[in-house]
Amino acid sequence: MQAISSPSVAWPRRKLLLLTSCAGASLALPAWAQSGAKPRRIVSISGAMTEVVFALGAQNMLVATDTTSLYPEAAQKTAKVGYMRQLSAEGLLSLKPDAVIGTTEAGPPVVLDQVRSAGVQVELVKADHTWAEVGRKVQVVGKAAGLDAQARALQARLDAQWAATQQQVAKAARKPRVLFILSHSATPQVSGGATAANAVILYAGGVNALTGFDGYRPMTAEAMASAAPEVILSSTQSIDAHGGVDKFWQRPELALTPAFKRKALVTMEASKLLGFGPRLPDAVREIHEKILLA
Amino acid sequence: MMARWSARTVWLAGLGLLAMALVAGSAQGAYAISPAQLWHVLRDMVGGSDNPTPEHLVFVNIRLPRLLLGVAAGAGLGLAGALMQGLFRNPLADPGLIGVSSGAALAAASFIVMGNLWFPDLPRALGSWTLVSMAFMGGLVVTFLIYALAQSQGGTRMGLMLLAGIAVNALAGAGLGYLSFLATDEQLRNLQFWLLGSLGGARWSAVVLVGAVVILACGAGLTLARPLNAIALGEAQAVLLGVDVERTKRWAIWVCALAVGAVTATTGMIGFVGLIAPHWVRMVAGPDHRIVLPGSALLGAALVLAADAVARTAVKPAELPLGVLTAFIGVPMFLFMLRHFRGRV
Repeated sequence: MQAISSPSVAWPRRKLLLLTSCAGASLALPAWAQSGAKPRRIVSISGAMTEVVFALGAQNMLVATDTTSLYPEAAQKTAKVGYMRQLSAEGLLSLKPDAVIGTTEAGPPVVLDQVRSAGVQVELVKADHTWAEVGRKVQVVGKAAGLDAQARALQARLDAQWAATQQQVAKAARKPRVLFILSHSATPQVSGGATAANAVILYAGGVNALTGFDGYRPMTAEAMASAAPEVILSSTQSIDAHGGVDKFWQRPELALTPAFKRKALVTMEASKLLGFGPRLPDAVREIHEKILLA
Repeated sequence: MMARWSARTVWLAGLGLLAMALVAGSAQGAYAISPAQLWHVLRDMVGGSDNPTPEHLVFVNIRLPRLLLGVAAGAGLGLAGALMQGLFRNPLADPGLIGVSSGAALAAASFIVMGNLWFPDLPRALGSWTLVSMAFMGGLVVTFLIYALAQSQGGTRMGLMLLAGIAVNALAGAGLGYLSFLATDEQLRNLQFWLLGSLGGARWSAVVLVGAVVILACGAGLTLARPLNAIALGEAQAVLLGVDVERTKRWAIWVCALAVGAVTATTGMIGFVGLIAPHWVRMVAGPDHRIVLPGSALLGAALVLAADAVARTAVKPAELPLGVLTAFIGVPMFLFMLRHFRGRV
């Protein structure tokens, strides 16, 4: 102690000591552990990003999620900040978060501005239904949790899975015509371009049977007949809302489609199918295999 | 039977109720602020503070503008309701009758659903200024349409206006239905939230704008108290008493349209306040508009503040829609009053 307190040698050595001890700590411990024992507090307002938090093993930092965070099951047990488009500024701040993470679909913007102006880091990922979107989500969660290295490792794993899936898809001999039906409410909606469902169909080596419009439209019998889908893709929630597969096929709009004859229906749980989270490579591979068999 | 309250009692009770609602609202919220911390925040606001605490930031930037917007919204809706019931001489009248709410709703819905086709570059989210100004303009345009339809022989005929209002409101409702059919799932959710009303988008700029409109509306509205008292005896009687009936109608309609338009455009639909606040005041204080108009504004403000306090805290950290709560809280109290004062209705 006495040696380093002499003015002539103290500064450089002390600096060096400080630097090495910092570097040592950052190699040995995750970032949140450096700033004391208190883990960072994260609020996730995106189902996919909640999945990333769990994939990084950072669920102890997750203080609340939105109503779309349904997977894994533990995510349903966190405090809920409501629907992602109707957040409450005071509600978010009452959780004393270090970071609020979500997609650009979160809102209202006024509320997010208020949260930002209270000094909370708000990180929104642009949702454009591409593989890059998943990467951005992983990166932002890694940054918010102070787990950049773990995020990069997860990204590498996911990229490998994705490459394998894309190779498998590229080898397929044919591209089935697929039509996505969403019917969580009374009128079933069919997906055109620029939707998450459209992106999944294309990634999985299918062709979207409906083109010429963006977004969702109500399903009509004539449009279904002219679209002539070979396979119907839907979410398990949609089928449940209809009261099961048999009831679903009884819908008159489906009777004139090629898919109807073979009862070619592929379903997947909605957050896995459309969430664009870390389960996307799995989802795409599964859909690819199923639409070829259906 | 209780005696009718005097003007002074109504003012005192109204201001007292409003002050209580403000104090209770200041202390309540998802973000816990203890009375001691609140006291510090208030002291810092007066004295200025270099290093604001998180409680300070939350209170000054989020809770206070929201409380004040609630006061402005409730006062605007209460006053407009009293003006409309006086003008139509009909206890069922509410500000929606002249089309301002349905016009604002239709414009907001068009913007939420069709905005990305018509104005791809403008911000379309809930609470954006483009949505607010569209809704405000929509309310005024539809009110003007109904007003124009009610013109006959150089005057405004209230019977015609009532029917035209019902018809145009039905048309706007059909438009809303069609838009919700076109809407995607997300747009439908946005639309639904807008129709249920919320003070969540409160920021100081909105408070200043809506507050200024409502203060002007209250000032103008109070000058209409005497003419409305005369009109209560019948339009012909009012003319004999020397009241410019046509001018009173014009002023009442446009004061109502501006106040309700500004409120609805920033908060969405907050139902029921405009209908019940005036009834409530009339039950305790009689039909004199010099008492009913200010009383309805004060009571409306207190009612909205009370409902919003529940909206902010009941399901924290999420939030309940305000329009649901104004009815949930207002209706039972209204029914109780109805039974209690049934002799005077």
